[in-house]
Amino acid sequence: MRREAPQKFTDYGPLFFPAGMLIVFFVVPFATMIAVSFFRRDPSGFYTPDFVFDNYARFLSLFFGKVLGFSLFLAVTVAICCVVLAVPFTYLLSRAKRRTQVLWLVALLSILSLSEVIIGFAWSTLFSRTAGITNLLVMLDIMNEAVALNPSFGAVLTAMTYQALPYTVLVLYPALVRLDPTLTEAARTLGASPIKSFFTVVVPALRNTIVATLIMVFIFALGSYLLPQILGRPQHWTLSVLITDQAIYQSNMPFAAAMAVFLVLVTLGLVALTVIAGRKGEAA
Amino acid sequence: MRDILKTNVSRRAVLGAGVAGASLLAMPAVLRAQDKSLKVGVYGGYFKDSFDKNIFAEFTKQTGIAVESVAEPTGEAWLVQLEQAAKAGLAPADVSMMSQVAMLKGQSTELWAPLDTAKIPNASNLIDHFVNKYPDGRVAGIGAVAWYITLVTNTDVFKEAPTSWTALWDPANADKLGLLALVSNSFLLEVTAKTHFGGTNALDTEEGLLKAFEKLAEVKPNVRLWYRDEAQFEQSLKSGEIPMGQYYHDVTGLAAKDGQPVRSTFPKEGGIMDSGCWALSRASQKVEEAHTFINYMSQPAIQALLSRKVGTAPTVKRDLLDLTAEEFAAVSSDIDPIIPRYDLYTSKADWLNQKWTEMIAG
Repeated sequence: MRREAPQKFTDYGPLFFPAGMLIVFFVVPFATMIAVSFFRRDPSGFYTPDFVFDNYARFLSLFFGKVLGFSLFLAVTVAICCVVLAVPFTYLLSRAKRRTQVLWLVALLSILSLSEVIIGFAWSTLFSRTAGITNLLVMLDIMNEAVALNPSFGAVLTAMTYQALPYTVLVLYPALVRLDPTLTEAARTLGASPIKSFFTVVVPALRNTIVATLIMVFIFALGSYLLPQILGRPQHWTLSVLITDQAIYQSNMPFAAAMAVFLVLVTLGLVALTVIAGRKGEAA
Repeated sequence: MRDILKTNVSRRAVLGAGVAGASLLAMPAVLRAQDKSLKVGVYGGYFKDSFDKNIFAEFTKQTGIAVESVAEPTGEAWLVQLEQAAKAGLAPADVSMMSQVAMLKGQSTELWAPLDTAKIPNASNLIDHFVNKYPDGRVAGIGAVAWYITLVTNTDVFKEAPTSWTALWDPANADKLGLLALVSNSFLLEVTAKTHFGGTNALDTEEGLLKAFEKLAEVKPNVRLWYRDEAQFEQSLKSGEIPMGQYYHDVTGLAAKDGQPVRSTFPKEGGIMDSGCWALSRASQKVEEAHTFINYMSQPAIQALLSRKVGTAPTVKRDLLDLTAEEFAAVSSDIDPIIPRYDLYTSKADWLNQKWTEMIAG
């Protein structure tokens, strides 16, 4: 089937609805947020329309730099953990029996139905001293005494990886299912071990998918604000936590908006860098 | 009948039945209740449930005004929502229970419709500082309830109750405390000032505040959890996971009554006394009903009922109340309370917030 370029104005018709939705629910709110980030903050109340850079100036400090740095580090770590876990898992899953695949996918999808709050509280119970998993280890005589595993960086990382893993698998799954099995068969025939063929054939063939997945999980993890609060110490609070504090508890919308805009810009910048680096790598 | 009116679906069902002529007698009651109604915002969860059960039903019976209670989040989230809605001419709730800081912030944008005390004769029962006024003297809010934040402990872990806020600084309590995460709801600067610097007047100057911050920073190694969400700390306190901290006196008392191993102690420096006001959104159309409601809530009998059933401290004068000494002690204390410096949280809000965040997260 040949695809024809749209000839008349009405040929664009099907685009109007999504474009309208995108404008109403994305462009307008985002533009409002950018506008608010330049408004003047009234400490005793809300804000007045203005054009000042105070909100951005306040953000440019060592303290917020550290928080931003930690947020990016956490999101990158979560993305890497998810991909490292999900690529081999999804590869094996895509080679499994149909029935096994369906069971796993249903189980993973059911995690998506859990809210962040439930995930946070469930992990905080699992990591607690009084009712947590270390009690099992004590029962099995592996540990002497039950200990609390949260609040800690490990607890935050575990819960966030848990939360993002289903998305990772769902994004990787179609690409891995479509992967031509003859590629690995050829590698095996030529004498490569299964592990070697996985790393030298499967992973390079999926390079673009893996990069795209990393970016998706990274952005997903960057927005997390509940899990760091529930499972982390204050030094593990992400920028999103501080944005929430400003918006909800301090009713400082201009500063919250400025931080959010800054976070979006940094994110877009990093994604652009990744894409550019990816292109260069391909050209080489 | 009131139960039927509670949900939209049943109300529709009742109306349908009425139209069908099956219950002609019920119709006028339904219409009247719909005519006179009031949306009241109260803190969600336990507070809202208690008000629904013990207060609102009786109010509707006596005045014919149906109350639709709205669960509001604590903190300033509700203030932001009310303000945004009022700009659009909407009122998600007509009357809301608001914190003192939220009252002051709402005042600056004229969010609160001024109340007419001539229509609230019972307002004269109140202790003076529970009447919240605009700088020019108009009444912005009427004290709804007061509550204490005290030093709470798990009785399994701490056999002896602590007697002073200095327990927060005790090195023996390393990694054992749960404290509120925000400068404007934990009031720990005031606690520090009262405990170590002779009173909250020490916070008058910036140097005084910095000294308090410095002293308070010494508590950090003892803190396991800085909580925004009350459920998170309450659960950990009950299980002994986090056996000490600051928490609400009323809720802790109820948990203890339920057999949980927790206790609330008024330290010798005093508990933190915070309070909420009834305030009317300027976007509300139900001005008359709101005045009737606030007047009803300011009766000594209702305040006593609240103390007994909800566990809040009364906002009306002690001598008007029929509470026994024991009942009074369950919700309040004769120890001079620590009254938060609400003025600081509006005049120096951002500075305090910045210092605070740097202190706990830095």
